[in-house]
Amino acid sequence: MKNFDINNIRADFPLLKREVNGKPLVYLDNGATTQKPQVVIDALVNYYTDMNANVHRGVHYLSQISTDAFEVTRQKVQSFINAEHDYEIIITKGTTDSINLVAQCFGQAFIDKDDEIIISAMEHHSNIVPWQMLCDAKGAVLKVIPMNDHGDLDMEAYKALLSAKTKIVSVTYVSNSLGTINPIEEIIALAHSNNTPVLVDAAQAVQHIALDVQKLDADFLVFSGHKMYAPTGVGVLYGKEKWLNAMPPYQGGGDMIKDVTFEKTTYNELPFKFEAGTPNIEAGICLAHAIDYINEIGLDAIQKYEDDLLAYATAEILKIEGVRIIGTANKKSSVLSFIVDGIHPYDIGVILDKLGIAVRTGHHCAQPVMAQFEIPGTVRASLAMYNTKEDIDTFIKGLQRAVTMLK
Amino acid sequence: MTINEIQDELIEDFAFYGDWMEKYEYIIQLGKEVPLIDEAHKQDQFIIKGCQSRVWLYPELKEGKILFTADSDAIITKGLVSLMVKVLSGHSPKEIANADLYFIDQIGLKEHLSPTRANGLLSMVKQMKMYAIALQSKV
Repeated sequence: MKNFDINNIRADFPLLKREVNGKPLVYLDNGATTQKPQVVIDALVNYYTDMNANVHRGVHYLSQISTDAFEVTRQKVQSFINAEHDYEIIITKGTTDSINLVAQCFGQAFIDKDDEIIISAMEHHSNIVPWQMLCDAKGAVLKVIPMNDHGDLDMEAYKALLSAKTKIVSVTYVSNSLGTINPIEEIIALAHSNNTPVLVDAAQAVQHIALDVQKLDADFLVFSGHKMYAPTGVGVLYGKEKWLNAMPPYQGGGDMIKDVTFEKTTYNELPFKFEAGTPNIEAGICLAHAIDYINEIGLDAIQKYEDDLLAYATAEILKIEGVRIIGTANKKSSVLSFIVDGIHPYDIGVILDKLGIAVRTGHHCAQPVMAQFEIPGTVRASLAMYNTKEDIDTFIKGLQRAVTMLK
Repeated sequence: MTINEIQDELIEDFAFYGDWMEKYEYIIQLGKEVPLIDEAHKQDQFIIKGCQSRVWLYPELKEGKILFTADSDAIITKGLVSLMVKVLSGHSPKEIANADLYFIDQIGLKEHLSPTRANGLLSMVKQMKMYAIALQSKV
């Protein structure tokens, strides 16, 4: 493992060198998507210049090497999250796709009228709406674990929600709007003592915290490639073999079948049963390169660096009068969400953009969270391993300038 | 003044400001001058969809002309809606429906017209023209 050298890391990300509105870019919208290192960009170009062919079907050479490269990703993901088997790794389009797959297929097999599904008050819309759609279709009931005003889940309330009616719990590991790191091991253990499986939304965790699905004992765990330095359009659904085998297929089409006649189709085995159609091959292959890149630096080193940077940013922003941080949980990761008294988040975002600083403003696809805090939205600065103290200083200076202008 | 005369005047005003900072300060100032919508009209039906902030726009037909009043909870958005009101309010539905709003490009706000921009300037323009078309039959 090489040392955590921020200058080397930044040099690996070509986009960070560009200017925006005549100013050097300060990219603090990593919760939305991360920039890509050169090795990932090279792998993307290399796929089309050297190996493009469809996977899992051709006998010809190119099809074999692209299939091999695509399947390497499955194995890299397997070891990255320490899954027991590589066929427990389903390659999807992203987190949203993965959650919809589970809601639909697990739902079809295991959810009946009056059954209950538990989510939390801080979920992204992607971990709310698929379950609502399932509840509408099946007459099931959605239950929500409340949180306090710091953004910590009420674990006593969670215990009280668990019952014989609970068929699945689906909770985020790290909140995209607040940065809260949830006590996911405890959430899973409690659900399991109630014989209920748990889906972990790791979209905001996988790039910051080392994951071990066996240690967590997660039944399902989902994340996106593009938030972990890989391209868009590829994501992961990890599922325990016993659950994946007990679920019907998601979509019908090529790759997911064993035999098709007009009378009856038999389905392929895991993982292909859930991978109908030609996948996003190039993004899939690149995900392996992004994992290699992360592993080379080491998630423990990344996490420590990002935690220090978040602590620095938090201390600095509180020096600005009128700033209120939204999300002050005990344990947080890489997200600094805030509002400034009397100023709309949108206005701050516009001025920061003019200064070359990219942040996100709005409800962050978590409208129920905004409703609880009675705010229209927040400004969110979210960190990645390539951000620096200088980025934070520029951001704080820009924010001060915006506040002066907008007060 | 005609719609085009007002546009030309705004183009001249904006040319006076060198950098973006001054431009936005001017937009914010314009927001403070917008004819404010009656609180009673701050209802969902008068909210313009497609903005990250809330924008209300209320049209009223008076002596053959449409008078717009507006408000927003974000001050830059309020400035943008104020600009639109300044240009279009007080004209006939036909003039508004047919207006060619070339000033947006010329004062350097064209980027705000893309459909994905969160400030909804495009939605404002569309909504004002829709009101004008709807009110044409009542003149």
